[in-house]
Amino acid sequence: MAMTDGNRSYSVRKMIKENKKKQNGQQFIEWLMPKLLLLTATISVLTTIGILFTLLFETFIFFERVSIVEFLTSKEWLPWDEKTGSFGIAPLVTGTLLTTAIAMLVAIPIGLASAIYLSEYASEKARKVLKPILEVLAGIPTIVYGFFALTFVTPLLQKVIPNLGIFNALSPGIVMGIMIIPMVASLSEDAMSSVPNSIREGALGLGSTKLEVALKVVLPAATSGIVASFMLAISRAVGETMIVAVAGGSSPVLTFDVTKSIQTLTAYIVQVTTGDAGYGTTVYYSIYAVGMTLFVFTLAMNLLAQYISRRFREEY
Amino acid sequence: MELTVVKERKNKQAEERSEKNVVYRTKNLNLWYGEHHALKNIDLDIYENEVTAIIGPSGCGKSTYIKTLNRMIELVPNVRTSGEITYRGRNIFDKSYRVEELRTQVGMVFQKPNPFPKSIYDNVAYGPRIHGIRDKKILDEIVERSLRGAAIWDEVKDRLHTNAYGLSGGQQQRLCIARCLAIEPDVILMDEPTSALDPISTLKVEELVQELKKNYSIIIVTHNMQQAARISDKTAFFLNGEVVEYNDTDKLFSNPDDKRTEDYITGRFG
Repeated sequence: MAMTDGNRSYSVRKMIKENKKKQNGQQFIEWLMPKLLLLTATISVLTTIGILFTLLFETFIFFERVSIVEFLTSKEWLPWDEKTGSFGIAPLVTGTLLTTAIAMLVAIPIGLASAIYLSEYASEKARKVLKPILEVLAGIPTIVYGFFALTFVTPLLQKVIPNLGIFNALSPGIVMGIMIIPMVASLSEDAMSSVPNSIREGALGLGSTKLEVALKVVLPAATSGIVASFMLAISRAVGETMIVAVAGGSSPVLTFDVTKSIQTLTAYIVQVTTGDAGYGTTVYYSIYAVGMTLFVFTLAMNLLAQYISRRFREEY
Repeated sequence: MELTVVKERKNKQAEERSEKNVVYRTKNLNLWYGEHHALKNIDLDIYENEVTAIIGPSGCGKSTYIKTLNRMIELVPNVRTSGEITYRGRNIFDKSYRVEELRTQVGMVFQKPNPFPKSIYDNVAYGPRIHGIRDKKILDEIVERSLRGAAIWDEVKDRLHTNAYGLSGGQQQRLCIARCLAIEPDVILMDEPTSALDPISTLKVEELVQELKKNYSIIIVTHNMQQAARISDKTAFFLNGEVVEYNDTDKLFSNPDDKRTEDYITGRFG
């Protein structure tokens, strides 16, 4: 159909046609871009695979020197003595689990409570003030948390618990928990806010109080997201390095006493890599085995998170 | 002789009518969303065991009005009201009137089916549970009775513990009605309950409303005039935040008092 409305000096249709002729270059870009994007995605996948293989390879060398049975069953981790050394991973694992458990005891209740407040109670104004503050907490470098634990929290705790060592599991555990609160709060809040309002209205319409709506309707509906946030938080705590390296000490002892100095998997790796273990020694290879153990832990956590979030999914 | 008998009977009927309990009495209700004056001087009496339909074009305030009856409107920020609504003689805006108490008496069915992301059983049992009923046997009975009451029992009895989101839209809406019946309310508010449903599901819900009015007082907002004509006893016509006409449904649809009502029901606008 021809343009009939008067005496315009241009025709949109004609201009589009002419511009199309010039678009050969653009077609090339259209062809090229997906390939470039694929390449960048491949880089990250390949590096991950590369790291995993290095880890596996060096771990393999370690297990040629130390039996895997000893690694898994011995209760002593004394890597420095080449002759009488003992490589039982258990003390490092308990050190990690201990600090992680303490961190979760702090982060889960406080994080979840903050999420409930932010999602269900806070006014728009309060949310606008509180959320950025929480996010600042997440942006503090972990080394700062580390010396905060060592120089502030530990002395404070020593006033309450007199026999608390300078290096202990409790203080870095608590500080790690504080560090993880924003992560739990923010992810759980996202999960709860995405529960549609119509469901809240349905519950309110039946005479529920606000608290009942939050705890009996919104929370169960957001379970999958909330549990996933817990799992990610655990992963984070297991992998956290600086806080435990600075404030946890370096005594790989099999203990569940939170007042004693401990050593975590990550802190051990720091100790070896910053120390003077020679290349090719058993100690050198041990950090790969420890790294592998860490990797297995976090992988298991992530798989568990996926399983749980699928298991508890309440779709809406 | 016969004439007096007839007269007496007529008088008696009239008397019964006026004695019939008023469930809701709205007096000079005004409502503002911020600066927008959404409801203007509403006066309306709603009677027991009747279906009262509220019709009117979009934006006339009909949904606003029904949401005011159980104070759900307060979830909207910046809402102000003046005037009075009494439910069974008690002003619902009274400071001492707990909104949860009101909403336990007055159930609500929403425009879009909004079951909880839980099992069918847990959806219906939710209300009784939050009001402290824990006995498993009693809950089982309540669930069955409510689902039967909402005419959906036969369709779901074999899958009570599956997620409610597996039901069709029409079934979900009847489940929401069952959820509402489970706490044995006095009044049921329905805010365009069939607007998201297909014609067959709509028919089922309409039949259900007819059945429910024996035991409940029902207030239904609808944009479907045929629906109002089919199922209601009284109809209120809202326009621009005002009640233009409130009459017996038969009268309003066959011989309306107001010219604007006539224009609306004959499809001249809206």
